[in-house]
Amino acid sequence: MGKIVVEVMLKPEILDPQGTAVSAALPRLGFNFAKSVRQGKRFEIEVEGEPTPAQLAEVEKAAEKLLANPVIETYVVKAEK
Amino acid sequence: MKVGVVTFPGTLDDRDAARAVGAAGASAISLWHGDADLKGVDAVVLPGGFSYGDYLRCGAISRFAPVMEKIIDAANGGMPVLGICNGFQVLCEAHLLPGALTRNHALHFLCRDQKLTIENTSTAWTSSFSQGQEIVIPLKNGEGSFQCDDQTLSALESEGRIVARYLGEDPNGSRNLIAGITNERGNVVGLMPHPEHAINVLTGPSADGLGFFTSVLKAMVK
Repeated sequence: MGKIVVEVMLKPEILDPQGTAVSAALPRLGFNFAKSVRQGKRFEIEVEGEPTPAQLAEVEKAAEKLLANPVIETYVVKAEK
Repeated sequence: MKVGVVTFPGTLDDRDAARAVGAAGASAISLWHGDADLKGVDAVVLPGGFSYGDYLRCGAISRFAPVMEKIIDAANGGMPVLGICNGFQVLCEAHLLPGALTRNHALHFLCRDQKLTIENTSTAWTSSFSQGQEIVIPLKNGEGSFQCDDQTLSALESEGRIVARYLGEDPNGSRNLIAGITNERGNVVGLMPHPEHAINVLTGPSADGLGFFTSVLKAMVK
């Protein structure tokens, strides 16, 4: 079984209040490594066998149309073992 | 005059929207998300709520409902469409309006009576108001922060396409305090606050919301 992963992030210029809240919570718990945090989404899509270039191209289209909103988000499509 | 009110799974405010349409003097026609049929309506309201549970992004799945394909065609042909709250999110996802609605900047779900100014009275949904009129209607949402790029924002400002702006403290982080916008033609309006909950002082903070529904009647008579 192969896997295609789509990662969706808000564009850098779009305010991410959830990421900001996580970023504020970390030092309260004693974690002081974060300069900032951005929160995104990850989709894991299972396909039969190794993902083909045609499948990746289809997922790319689906990401543009449904999985991400290109007005405020960017996405990356990749095959994963 | 027939105004369609769409119900998606998870829509909450369709009954109040239908009631507001009736109070304005039109007949409300229920439209089901799964039917690609507008039943001969002259205008459409996309009401508030949590269509499809707000899964993926608010309005992202509703935007592809069979009824939406018809509404997108009709809106592009000039039919008046008002999206309230979740309906506004659906209109942005459908690219009938620019920008997107994101999480309130303070993360909290807000529910309060909100002061607005009406800044464009030439749309199909705002002609009953006077320019700069201050109104009070409920605002209740978790993802009401209007976001768009700088170019879109300056186009909205310079073309007078900001229909309503929040007055006073910024409730949700919307750019330029935007509460509602319209398309270039003025037939499609998206509004984050809820006029349908403010048509009678018995049940709302004012009757200011009724103006949106009486406006569209005038627009349809023209």
